[in-house]
Amino acid sequence: MEKFIIWLLPLPPLLSFFVILLFTNKRKALSHGIAVGAAGLSWLGSMIIFIRALGVEEFGKHFFGASINWLPTGSTWLKIGVQIDPLSAAVVFFVAWTVLAIFVYSIGYHNFGQPIGDHDVAGLPPHGATLAEHGHKHIVPSIEPMYSRFFAFISLFAFGMYTLVVSDNLLTLFVGWEIMGLCSYLLIGFWFGKPSARNAAVKAFMTTRIGDVFMLLGIAFVYSFTGSLSFSEIFKPEMLQALASTPAFFGLSAAGIIGLLLFIGTVGKSAQWPLHVWLPDAMEGPTPVSAMIHAATMVSAGVYLVIRMFPLISAGWTEGMPLNTTMSLIAFIGAFTALFAATIAVAQNDIKRVLAYSTISQLGFMIAAVGIGAYVAASFHLITHAFFKALLFLGSGSVIHGMEHGILYTGDHTDSQDMFNMGGLRKKMPITFWTFLIGGFALSGFPVLTAGFWSKDEIFAEAFGNGHLTVFVVLAMAAFLTAFYTMRQITLTFFGEPRTKAAEHASETPWTMTVPLIVLAVFAVGYGWVGIPENFPGLGGLIPNWFHEFVGGTLSKLPKAVVFSWVPLVTSLCVALGGLLFGWLVYRKVKSPKQDFLQIPVLKNKWYFDEIYNFIFIKPAFWIAERFTSLYMDQTVIDGILHSVARFSLFLGHAFRNYFDKPVINELLGDGTGNVVKASGSSLRKIQVGRIQYYMVASLAVLVIFALLYYFLLV
Amino acid sequence: MSIPLSWYLILAAALFSIGLFGVLSRKNAIAILLGVELMLNAVNINLVAFWRYLDPAKMAGQVFAIIVFAVAAAEVAVGLALIISVYRRRKTVVADEIDLMKW
Amino acid sequence: MTADQIIFLLCTLLILGSALMVVTTRKLIHAALWLVSALFGVAILYAVLQAGFLAVVQVVVYIGAIAILFIFAVMLTRKEMLDKGAQTRSNWWIPALLGLLILTGLVSLIIGQPAFGRTASEIPSGVDTLRNLGIALVSPDSFVLPFEVASVLLLAALVGAVYIASGNKE
Repeated sequence: MEKFIIWLLPLPPLLSFFVILLFTNKRKALSHGIAVGAAGLSWLGSMIIFIRALGVEEFGKHFFGASINWLPTGSTWLKIGVQIDPLSAAVVFFVAWTVLAIFVYSIGYHNFGQPIGDHDVAGLPPHGATLAEHGHKHIVPSIEPMYSRFFAFISLFAFGMYTLVVSDNLLTLFVGWEIMGLCSYLLIGFWFGKPSARNAAVKAFMTTRIGDVFMLLGIAFVYSFTGSLSFSEIFKPEMLQALASTPAFFGLSAAGIIGLLLFIGTVGKSAQWPLHVWLPDAMEGPTPVSAMIHAATMVSAGVYLVIRMFPLISAGWTEGMPLNTTMSLIAFIGAFTALFAATIAVAQNDIKRVLAYSTISQLGFMIAAVGIGAYVAASFHLITHAFFKALLFLGSGSVIHGMEHGILYTGDHTDSQDMFNMGGLRKKMPITFWTFLIGGFALSGFPVLTAGFWSKDEIFAEAFGNGHLTVFVVLAMAAFLTAFYTMRQITLTFFGEPRTKAAEHASETPWTMTVPLIVLAVFAVGYGWVGIPENFPGLGGLIPNWFHEFVGGTLSKLPKAVVFSWVPLVTSLCVALGGLLFGWLVYRKVKSPKQDFLQIPVLKNKWYFDEIYNFIFIKPAFWIAERFTSLYMDQTVIDGILHSVARFSLFLGHAFRNYFDKPVINELLGDGTGNVVKASGSSLRKIQVGRIQYYMVASLAVLVIFALLYYFLLV
Repeated sequence: MSIPLSWYLILAAALFSIGLFGVLSRKNAIAILLGVELMLNAVNINLVAFWRYLDPAKMAGQVFAIIVFAVAAAEVAVGLALIISVYRRRKTVVADEIDLMKW
Repeated sequence: MTADQIIFLLCTLLILGSALMVVTTRKLIHAALWLVSALFGVAILYAVLQAGFLAVVQVVVYIGAIAILFIFAVMLTRKEMLDKGAQTRSNWWIPALLGLLILTGLVSLIIGQPAFGRTASEIPSGVDTLRNLGIALVSPDSFVLPFEVASVLLLAALVGAVYIASGNKE
């Protein structure tokens, strides 16, 4: 029964995509109804699966799964199928909730129920409609022109994520991965009328593609080594042993190389350094898209992959050993990215950009956790982050919406996303304020009450407890900066007085937007409590550490809980509370960017990485395309060859014409024959003298001659 | 009759040659026709001689000769009419000057 | 030499002499008259050959019509050719040579045939040549068709000559 439902989980969003695209594109209410209904069906299925999974003893060993023989390969079959083991059960739980919340949120975000805009065109964001009621005109937000298309695309996105989560083999995982890549392109470039959106979509696709190429190499390597792509086959102890002990390239074992290649896919998809450049630009898409991509689904998929592949990455490693090369690299990239992105986030003024860099930074945390072998901590942070980051993004979308309302009301053309145009919004948008505050505190790791604290604290504990002190220090610094910029964001947006007229007239958003915020806030608070470590002072042991037992059971050997130490706990409390306090103190007083001492150009310009990549990769690529291939090779060489062939043919044609056709055939044969005939005619015609006696003499002479000949020769 | 046939034939041959010479060498068109008449008479002599010497009972020879008479008469009539007509146009009866059909 | 042969030889002299005069004399009217003489000689020959009808026809048609016609034509075209200058073309020796060659050839052919040396046999009595000629000319299983065609020919010649010689239709 469970197997049946698992197969069906990705299906409703896929059907919703096709139905909306093909049939209900013109009917907005029906489209969102189908989309939300599909998300709801998948949510229902996911809940059923999850609850059933909870009831199974030793779920890690007796997980739900089913597969079919799909591709005949000689004497064996390539199997594909579905599987829900503890890790994917927990992941499918948060995916279902966040997807449903985002779908419902999108109804309100795209202004369902509002009139059609004055000069709205498909491809550009809506600009408001003029309503004339009782005397005076005012402009209200207008409905998105491409409303149904949006729901079709996010349905496809949900399908991709569900496929990825329920798959039991690398092939269908990759299928879901790529579908999400496509949808990120479609959705980031949703407002295709804006050149910035188009460029951002291409950038996102290209950058993740680079990661995908390496991931595909990794998958190919897996298949060629093990002959299968199913997780259950790959993670068999004997297989892992073989993978770990077979040497491959660059001094790594086969497992190491495969892990590295697959990790590069994650670097692309989860926007780690150096492939992080696409994620901030992806803010060009509508906010639900940002929430979907950067919290709930796409970037989580990258981390999910690397967590899923943990047995492979850590093949040959056990707790207490020094990390193998792949794991060290992963930990380095993760930690570096966490700090790097946090430094950029403190200098951003756009409310969504801050969250984008925050996402990159938090993903760095998770990846660093996997790198140091903290399997459970990484999964825990993945799930809590999904909840509070989705909450924060949707909250920022709500803020932007409120600001838009104010802009339309006052007729200003201020940037609705610039935090320095906001201020004092806590009075105008209370629900948004409180939920955003909960999300921000969760992100910062506010102690006990928020989920983020528990998951982040666990990462610190693992890092410190297993002796990875560099990682510990770097992550601590990143956590401090995280708390700092989060509080900066909240202070600038919600506290103080409104800094522009638009902010004065901002208003709360409709229930379709605020209810998902509330739901996600509940999880952002409560989810942390399912993973309280047993040996935590005071609170530990009150609630069993369900998460550790459940998700840890996915591995063949349950990971040991780390030994408690005060150092990571105190550090995490200090950085979180200290960062929050410091941020509030500084930014209470700051009213404009000039007063903000952190507007350092290097940080504001993202450490100039975009410019560096442009110089190293983009410009040469364009040079190769435009000058080398197009101009030198194509136009000069190839066209040159063609032109010289043409010129040669022309030359041959002329030569034939002038040296053979005209003189020989025309003059010699044609005219020559004519001239010969003419000459012979004009000389022979002289015989026709016109005088009869002449003719008679001639004929008689011939007769006589013939007679003589006849007589003398024959007789 | 003691005249051998060959005598008549030789006579006819001589007459024919003389007529031929006249046709080919005289300038005046009418003189040419005179030569033609001599040739026709030579033919007639041949015909009648052969009739008399081979089979006088059959009349084919004489009939042929009569037909030749008729033809000669017709030909002379038309020929002279032509010469007169040409004379009227071109004011000449010299055969060499009637050469419109030359090249 | 029998009487026939003498007559024949005299006739030959007449004919050939007249013919030579026809083709060589300067004055055209003389040529016409010499033609009359030659034709007359031919008539005598016919009579010797016991083709009496043909002799009379020769005189009546040839001399009486054709030769007269020649004389008329000479008269009508007299102004131009005033019988001055040479009457034969300048290269008359070619036709002469040709004529001699043809004569030689014919004579050699005639002499070479022994069958031509025979003399005439008597006409069987009871064969009326004249009567036979008349019947032959009009008898349907004999020569009536050429006879009629010849009369048509004469008609055509008549019409044609009249038409050509009329000339005043401009």
